[in-house]
Amino acid sequence: MKPRQKRFVFIAVALVGVALAVGLVLYALRGNVNLYFTPTQVFNNEVPKGRSFRIGGLVEEGSVKREKDGLTVNFVITDTHKSIPVVYKGILPDLFKEGKGVVAQGTVENGVMRAEEVLAKHDENYMPPEAADALKKAKAANTADAAAIPSNAPVVVPVAK
Amino acid sequence: MISLDVWMRENPLTYVWFGSYAVALLIFAIEIAMVVHRRKITLQQVRMMHDAGEEE
Amino acid sequence: MAINWFKYSAPTTFYGLAGKMIPWFAFSAAILFAVGLYIGFFIAPMDAQQGEFYRIIFIHVPASMMSMFLYMVMAGYAALGLIFNTRLSAMMASAIAPTGALFTVVSLWTGALWGKPMWGTWWMWDARMTSELILLFLYLGFIALHASIDEPRRADRAAALLAIVGSVNVPIIYFSVKWWNTLHQGATIKFSGTSMHIAMQQAMFTMLAACWLYAIAVALARVRSIILERERNTVWIAELPEVKQ
Repeated sequence: MKPRQKRFVFIAVALVGVALAVGLVLYALRGNVNLYFTPTQVFNNEVPKGRSFRIGGLVEEGSVKREKDGLTVNFVITDTHKSIPVVYKGILPDLFKEGKGVVAQGTVENGVMRAEEVLAKHDENYMPPEAADALKKAKAANTADAAAIPSNAPVVVPVAK
Repeated sequence: MISLDVWMRENPLTYVWFGSYAVALLIFAIEIAMVVHRRKITLQQVRMMHDAGEEE
Repeated sequence: MAINWFKYSAPTTFYGLAGKMIPWFAFSAAILFAVGLYIGFFIAPMDAQQGEFYRIIFIHVPASMMSMFLYMVMAGYAALGLIFNTRLSAMMASAIAPTGALFTVVSLWTGALWGKPMWGTWWMWDARMTSELILLFLYLGFIALHASIDEPRRADRAAALLAIVGSVNVPIIYFSVKWWNTLHQGATIKFSGTSMHIAMQQAMFTMLAACWLYAIAVALARVRSIILERERNTVWIAELPEVKQ
């Protein structure tokens, strides 16, 4: 082998080695690199006991309730499988909305999280308000269609047979 | 900190423009100035070296 | 291999070639920046969720992409320099590093300013942001390591190794939002398409093109100074009109 090829092989081997090592480290750390736990993980007792941690998910529709002092907020974080109620006293970020992503940090006592910090998580889609409205209407129309189908279904099925 | 939070929501475009774009353009301007300066200094040094070489 | 690539990789030819190309790159970068900013601020509509704040995307995403692209280009040149022992490759790697570091700073800075009003925090130690911060340290480490070794050829080799090993971090940054749960949202520009309004896309890609042209112009200007410094004892440098005068 020419020295040039030797160096090339050396670099290739070194790079593969480092990639493998980093891959193994990341695999070992996989739980710790995650920013938050899901409500399902909280129910499965996969969360640290007695110290503060983060829960992430969606704010359940219709769950946000403000108390009379105007600062304390109650809401429910859900991953559509399990949900956790959260109590938080403080200012919420602008993007905090029902049905949108949220990350709350705090401690869980008796199945309720007392949050010290609530952050909003937004999605990766960018569109003007009109397009968002149109999308919402289309979605509503689709659910209306889907609801209409079952009433027709008994009529259709015998014909198919 | 609360007042900054309120201010940025009242003037989002000013916040975006001065906070992000003006800062980014300033960083680019500093980089350009550094590159131009380095060129000037390097040329000076190389010229001085060659001038000294010719005199000897 | 009819074309002699090594002719263009010789500092002698490249010095003149770069000098001719810099004004073109700089000029088109300036125009594209102006066009991109115009589309971004006057044509692109407001975002349904984020209002005006989302407009930070037109500098944030191009800067972040440049910070990763430039690292790969730098590591590529460093590897070429190690394998073929070409002088110019190592010089290009050192010329790119400061620009890459600055794009990383812009990315982190604009990200913080975007995060505060939208998420509610300037910074979060999630996988995306932490790995981007590591990228900044890799750039700074490359520059510092190169500067700390006096003998240029040895400095090239040591810094090249660091650059190559560090390139493992780039795919980690890109896929971090997919592999782990993070505060940072998923990728808007995916291999399968882009989930964005068309005018917003135009503004973002125009700014990205402008950043590329700018980075090339600055890196070429820097590499010309590096060539002058390193080759100052050669005859061809003594013959240059700008040195002779």
